[in-house]
Amino acid sequence: MLSAEIIYGLTGVGLFTLGLRATLLQASLLARILAINVCGAGVFLMFVSIAYQGLAQMQVPDPVPHALVLTGIVVAVSATALALALGRRLRESKDE
Amino acid sequence: MSLSNSLPLLILLSSLLPGLAIFLLREESFRLRTALNLFGASVKLILVGVMIWGVFHEQVYETRWTLAPGLDLVLHADALSVLFVSLSTLLWLVTTVYAIGYLEDSPHRSRFFGFFSLCVTATVGLALAGNLFTFVVFYEFLTLATYPLVAHKGTPEAIRGARIYLAYTLAGGMALLIGAVWLRTLAGPLDFVQGGILGGMDHLDPWTLRWIFLLLIVGLGVKAALVPLHGWLPQAMVAPAPVSALLHAVAVVKAGAFGIVRVVYDVYGVEFAASLGVLALLGAAAAVTIIYGSVKALSQDNLKKRLAYSTVSQVSYIALGTAILGPLATVGGMVHLVHQGVMKITLFFAAGNYAEALGVHRVSEMDGVGRRMPGTTLAFTIGALGMIGIPPVAGFVSKWYLGLGAAESGAALWVLPVLVGSSLLNAAYFLPILYRAWFGQPPAKWPGGHTHAGRWEINQALLWPPLLTAGLALAAGLFAAAPYSPLEWARLIAEREYSL
Amino acid sequence: MNNLLALPVVLPLLGSLLALVWPRRADWAGLGASVAAFVAAGHIGAEVMRNATLELAVGGWAPGLGIALRADGLSASLLLMSTLVALAAGLYATTYFAEAQKRADFWPLWLLMITALHALLLSGDLFNIYVTLELLGLAAVALAALGGSRAALQAAVRYLTVGLLGSLAFLTGVGLIYAGYGTLDMVMLAGRVDAEPATWVALALMTAGLLIKSALFPMHFWLPSAHANAPAPVSAALSALVVKAAFYLVLRLWLDVFDVALSQASAGLLGLLGASAVIWGSWQAYRAERLKLLAAYSTVAQIGYLFLFIPVLLATEPGEARDLLFGALVLFALTHGFSKSAFFLGAGVILHRAGHDRIAELGGTSRALPVTTFVLALAGIALIGLPPSGTFLAKWQLMTSAIAAGQWLWIPVIAIGTLLAGAYVFRVLGHAFGPGEGVGPSLAWARAELPALLLALVATAVLGLGAAQVWTMVVPGSNAEGVSL
Repeated sequence: MLSAEIIYGLTGVGLFTLGLRATLLQASLLARILAINVCGAGVFLMFVSIAYQGLAQMQVPDPVPHALVLTGIVVAVSATALALALGRRLRESKDE
Repeated sequence: MSLSNSLPLLILLSSLLPGLAIFLLREESFRLRTALNLFGASVKLILVGVMIWGVFHEQVYETRWTLAPGLDLVLHADALSVLFVSLSTLLWLVTTVYAIGYLEDSPHRSRFFGFFSLCVTATVGLALAGNLFTFVVFYEFLTLATYPLVAHKGTPEAIRGARIYLAYTLAGGMALLIGAVWLRTLAGPLDFVQGGILGGMDHLDPWTLRWIFLLLIVGLGVKAALVPLHGWLPQAMVAPAPVSALLHAVAVVKAGAFGIVRVVYDVYGVEFAASLGVLALLGAAAAVTIIYGSVKALSQDNLKKRLAYSTVSQVSYIALGTAILGPLATVGGMVHLVHQGVMKITLFFAAGNYAEALGVHRVSEMDGVGRRMPGTTLAFTIGALGMIGIPPVAGFVSKWYLGLGAAESGAALWVLPVLVGSSLLNAAYFLPILYRAWFGQPPAKWPGGHTHAGRWEINQALLWPPLLTAGLALAAGLFAAAPYSPLEWARLIAEREYSL
Repeated sequence: MNNLLALPVVLPLLGSLLALVWPRRADWAGLGASVAAFVAAGHIGAEVMRNATLELAVGGWAPGLGIALRADGLSASLLLMSTLVALAAGLYATTYFAEAQKRADFWPLWLLMITALHALLLSGDLFNIYVTLELLGLAAVALAALGGSRAALQAAVRYLTVGLLGSLAFLTGVGLIYAGYGTLDMVMLAGRVDAEPATWVALALMTAGLLIKSALFPMHFWLPSAHANAPAPVSAALSALVVKAAFYLVLRLWLDVFDVALSQASAGLLGLLGASAVIWGSWQAYRAERLKLLAAYSTVAQIGYLFLFIPVLLATEPGEARDLLFGALVLFALTHGFSKSAFFLGAGVILHRAGHDRIAELGGTSRALPVTTFVLALAGIALIGLPPSGTFLAKWQLMTSAIAAGQWLWIPVIAIGTLLAGAYVFRVLGHAFGPGEGVGPSLAWARAELPALLLALVATAVLGLGAAQVWTMVVPGSNAEGVSL
């Protein structure tokens, strides 16, 4: 049976792949922004699973990947905000 | 910094600095611009005189600047560079005077004279280059400096001609660059050494050296107008007359020929090159060019185009002299570098005068110009006779030495028919012009041009330069045996080349 | 412990905040910060020339948990170039943006971008690099959208999407590295890295992300439209600095950190992509109708040249020859930074005067704007690679090393790229020197032209004649005088 962190890690990879496919194939900007967020979530999940690498041996989870994920979330939020602002500007310019 | 360190650099700066200053001048600052031009040219002439004296007495002048580890920019004065530098300097002074007269009231004179000075800087840098890298640097710089001159008039034809010129010279520059880089990889830094350095390097594969030679000659041959790389030259005739004069007598074409001389004598070494068999290839290309150029010249009615093809043919005499093994042929080739320059510039000055004063651009319009413009036509006659090879004009001396050299080396008995044939062809396309000019009936009205109100047939600034250069051509022939003549200098070069 | 290293990061950040809070004084805040950063970079450069590498552990925490800032010859020289280009472009921006409101919008974003760039160049830690890379990308996207037109917004959105994907790929790679080796500090990693599958995957992911960000063919598609629609100073920064930063990271990872995990084949792949970029970019530049598009495609080509250096570097044995080539690489990057930014600033002046940048209608530019035409000519010489520019020396060195390493394939690529560059530069110059009134009435010279002129002069004269200094800075302990190979 696969250990928990490996399952989470693989889920992360799966999310990344799904998000990547959606980014490349979706037409609407909003859908693509959401897809990139899904990619990001996948990557963060991978990081967290790395933090729990020694779970079976009862090791303390590694704090560094947690810090990295937190930073990554902040970056993702800022990027999403910028993307949404640009999207709204685009919508406005189309209506002009 | 002693004189021996700085003299080459100073010679370079004497045209670079005035050139840069002239760019900044307003169009109307006629006097200041003329003063700068003539000042720079005179300073250069004096410095070159010092250098001539020094090199004759085996003084060493070298400026070295490290651009990158192992890559030095070297300016070095030896007998060969002095030959080319003095030709360039003297003719620059004369052409500047001519250009001032020719471009009177034309637009963009500051731009013109600025690039003109840069052009001479590049030529002088090329002449003084002490290694192949420096030569390549100034060779490319020459392309850059001459492009705006060819395109100067700004008309669609001028832009087109300039673009063709650029395509050829950039491609040639690339070939030269690749050859130089390849050689550098194999043989290390390539300082020019009299007698050549590659001969002593046994570890180099002969076939690689042959390919490199081909690359170098192709790269240099574009500027030197070796067939079939000469296509740009007739197209570049759209440039104003002073530019054509400079390009054909001094700068671009001679730069290519000079490069070929350097590569054969000071990189490969003439005996080593002969043993590789590459000299035969060069000789063949030169011979083909000589005949082809003369044949094409016969069919040209436009005077400048006829002179252009004549240049294609004549410059290859230098390559031919280089290709024949033996000191006499070397002397013939080198001295023709000077003689052809002086004679050809005379012809182009004259052509410019005919266009300027009478609106005459074609040979068929030249009936009777001798009566209308005797001074110019006298200069033209002397130049043409020299081209054909009639004594005592200088052209005879070079052809004589080439012939002697060919006879002496035995293996080149095919050269004599080429020499004789081309002289006959030269006569065939020059003598009719002379006949028309002196003995033809002038038309009732000339095609155009600016009639000059004054005693002389044309603006003095346009009259004296061709007479002066024609006189030089005559003097070079008559006084060929005098010390410091081009012939003696060429003998000195050959001596130093073969004794090593 | 060298606090000097914090300055190039902190000063622009402060400037950005000041410009945000006091929009009326935005110009002063911005230019002041740029000048201060330039001075700091100069000091760092001088120190590096003397001591080889500077290091600062931020906050006093040792690397491992803490983050280190490091400056060696490569980063110090790129830093110096960035501050100078940013200063010149910023100066130009004060005249380019006529309305104060536009300038108030511009400066905070611009200074944020500069902060991110400097932090990236000085970072010694992989995750820190990710953060700065993202920040750089976001700021650049926002700046690119400043044009305001629909086309500009669309280009910005595409740049953002593509850039984010690249960053995520990079981040994944970083994660894998941490999983494998337990550290993110580059110097410590260099000691621990092994050639194993996990490393290769991580390196591939990181490189893929960086290739997108450096616009290497075929991932270059976002660059031309982003450039063509962005304001001129922004385009200058995009071409000269932002894509250069991504390339710098590729160099760092490949040469310093992961050198044991590399193979000649992977380097060859990069080289092939670079070669395609050279040919494709140069060809497209030749066919471009607009000056800014021409410059954008030219950047694609020049980035290709930079990537051509990599396989040759790896094929050359470590030692004098490799150092020589590395110095040439840095020289090429520096010269391109200066010349491309000069070109864009010059194009901006033309765009302002004429209202358009269509190449075919540039007739009369040499009369109307002589200084700008001169700038375009100088920058063009550096882009082609003719003497006396630094690019000429760098190409000479690249070709020498390629032949010496037996990698003949790159020689015709360089030859074709150079000739095409000659064609497109002289096409522009030919039109500029031609007749016509396409650019409007004459202007003797304007303050706006001066920054571009200075940048162009550095590219073509200073870096050409003073190139030996680059080697002294980049190669520790090298003595450029009298070394012969």
